[in-house]
Amino acid sequence: MAKLPPKSMPLHSTPAAADGQLNTHTALPKGVMRWVLTTNHKEIGTLYLLFSLSMFFVGGVFALVVRAELFQPGLQLIDPEFFNQMTTMHGLIMVFAAVMPAFTGLANWMIPLQIGAPDMALPRLNNFSFWLLPVAFTLLLSTLLMPGGGPNFGWTFYAPLSTTYAPASTTFFILAIHIAGISSILGAINIIATILNMRAPGMRLMDMPLFVWTWLITAFLLIAVMPVLAGVITMMLMDINFGTNFFNAAGGGDPVLFQHLFWFFGHPEVYIMILPAFGIVSAIIPTFARKPLFGYTSMVYATAAIALLSFLVWAHHMFLVGLPLVAELFFMYSTMLIAVPTGVKVFNWVTTLFRGSISFEPPMLFALAFVVLFTIGGFSGIMLAIAPADFQYHDTYFVVAHFHYVLVPGAIFAIMAGAYYWLPKWTGHYPNERLAQWHFWLSVIGVNLTFFPMHFAGLAGMPRRIPDYALQFADFNMVSSIGAFFFGTSQLLFVIVVVICVRGGKKAPAKAWEGAEDLEWSVPSPAPLHTFERPPKFERSTS
Amino acid sequence: METRQQEQEKAVKRTVVRSIAALIGMFAFAFSLIPLYDVFCQVTGLNGKVSKRAQQITHQDVDDSRYITVQFITRGSAGLPWQMDVATNQLRVNPGQVSEISFTFMNHSDQESLGRAVPSVSPSEASQYLRKINCFCFDEQKLKANEKLTLPLVFQVVRELPKDINTITLVYTLYPVDEKEVSIAHGYLGIKGEVI
Repeated sequence: MAKLPPKSMPLHSTPAAADGQLNTHTALPKGVMRWVLTTNHKEIGTLYLLFSLSMFFVGGVFALVVRAELFQPGLQLIDPEFFNQMTTMHGLIMVFAAVMPAFTGLANWMIPLQIGAPDMALPRLNNFSFWLLPVAFTLLLSTLLMPGGGPNFGWTFYAPLSTTYAPASTTFFILAIHIAGISSILGAINIIATILNMRAPGMRLMDMPLFVWTWLITAFLLIAVMPVLAGVITMMLMDINFGTNFFNAAGGGDPVLFQHLFWFFGHPEVYIMILPAFGIVSAIIPTFARKPLFGYTSMVYATAAIALLSFLVWAHHMFLVGLPLVAELFFMYSTMLIAVPTGVKVFNWVTTLFRGSISFEPPMLFALAFVVLFTIGGFSGIMLAIAPADFQYHDTYFVVAHFHYVLVPGAIFAIMAGAYYWLPKWTGHYPNERLAQWHFWLSVIGVNLTFFPMHFAGLAGMPRRIPDYALQFADFNMVSSIGAFFFGTSQLLFVIVVVICVRGGKKAPAKAWEGAEDLEWSVPSPAPLHTFERPPKFERSTS
Repeated sequence: METRQQEQEKAVKRTVVRSIAALIGMFAFAFSLIPLYDVFCQVTGLNGKVSKRAQQITHQDVDDSRYITVQFITRGSAGLPWQMDVATNQLRVNPGQVSEISFTFMNHSDQESLGRAVPSVSPSEASQYLRKINCFCFDEQKLKANEKLTLPLVFQVVRELPKDINTITLVYTLYPVDEKEVSIAHGYLGIKGEVI
């Protein structure tokens, strides 16, 4: 990895100024317009992260409405119709408005810093792709207030539930997803253009930090599958409004085709939500184990292998639609094959820790919890991949437990870890250690309290997406609901930590963590608005 | 310095153009999957899809040693106030034998309407061995108010049918065709009781 002495950087100068030209940045707009018009990758990154954090709480409140209703059997608080809207909106908001923008925000902040670029390749496009998001999700959330209610067909919006039997607001839902999709696509193009063309002189692809690598691969996945999602929802739009029959059996269409198309997007999508997390954890573990990452090359190839395999496994979400035996076997084995590169990654993390000089700062705690709990989610994934067993597990709470284990202590913990890791670089202050430790332990307890009992409820046969359940599931659900409120409330601590950290705290030096070696630690903390106007000289370490 | 920046701008442009080409390609690919899927299903007989065209009788000796049970299921659909009945629920046929069975359509409403019976074969492996020589399912049907119509299905199960298949189920689902006359949503809410 790169070993660079911290170099003092000129503050508040621009590439233009460096070239002796007119400095256009002196006329920076003030107040709100500064944020609306910004083309600076750090400010846009901050906007992404703040947007994602607020949507995390919106989606979280929806989840708590669901958990409140499920606290006891029977129908207590809300109508089943509203329950369906809550499960759907929770999923859509968390996937498209919380997790994906959080990773894009981290990419915006950190990729130029990690490859020694002055900014993203296309700064104005960057501004546009961020500001599409509030538009998309205002539109999506507004459907809840429309007559007939918001989307109620699950985040997977299977036809004909989302076409023939959909509420009138579905066209707004389609438009919102289109806009969010365009935002992701533009973000992905920007990231690819930045990584491929703007690396510091001397930095080869195989010298890039893993966060950059995983994001490069994620961006390719986005470019490959977001257009397919756009195609699917365009077909839905035409089925609903223009009398076509893509998914309408009456007109010769096929609802099963919808599922094939959706999951052709949907499975790579779940890797879009986890690959950048791998990158973050691969940065944090070597830092706090004070050892270089074990098996850097194999990490890169494992990530690429996971991305390629993700195109060959989509039908494992559809074992029950009546696939022929050959297809069931193919998708079962190809899915299990993904465990191999994922296992390589987990092995590398554990081996990096082996004989390391480990300290347990908050980012490291979250990263370690990620490794353990994500692996649990991975194992339940292998159980679900077994086609004959999936006939029992399909659409039960076991599936819910599985994907929440890979998304909450997986993706979200990695985002939290990344936030704690880079907060000193963003704000110039260390996050409050004691509060961050509290946040970690409450989160870890809350996550397991919420999602672990769901495994048992699911194996015992409790179906997902239903507001009521049989009496034998009552205890598991009560524990899950208590855990959910516990977890949800403890996330407020994170907001408190961030606010305190922005306002003050222990000053952080340029290299905020002892073992941190990547390029971002060579610029001062907090990172000035403009960095690497003159490309740094990248020195490859000999190790 | 200057040349490096210009070079970089050119390279960025090239990357963006390529990414956009890939995007357009993937969008087109999503739509091309629709016909590809149909072709794939028909070639392999997966998904229980059967040919929409009339097929020729394959002249082959009747295999007396083997009996296949062919079951018929008819289903109405929300939005089309029709009833569809079959003369007998199941037939025992020998492979190679050509059989005929009649289906009755009845329009229960006071309005003329258009419908189509969409077939599906289960198990799906059997669909390519079930040859339909004459079927009402190839065309849309038009029924006047309260009209009753009997139509034949002529079919043949060919001898190549795999040995492990002894029962073939043919399901016909009725669907409305004219959307102006019978909106699906309206029918679902309004005429639910009459539909089977």
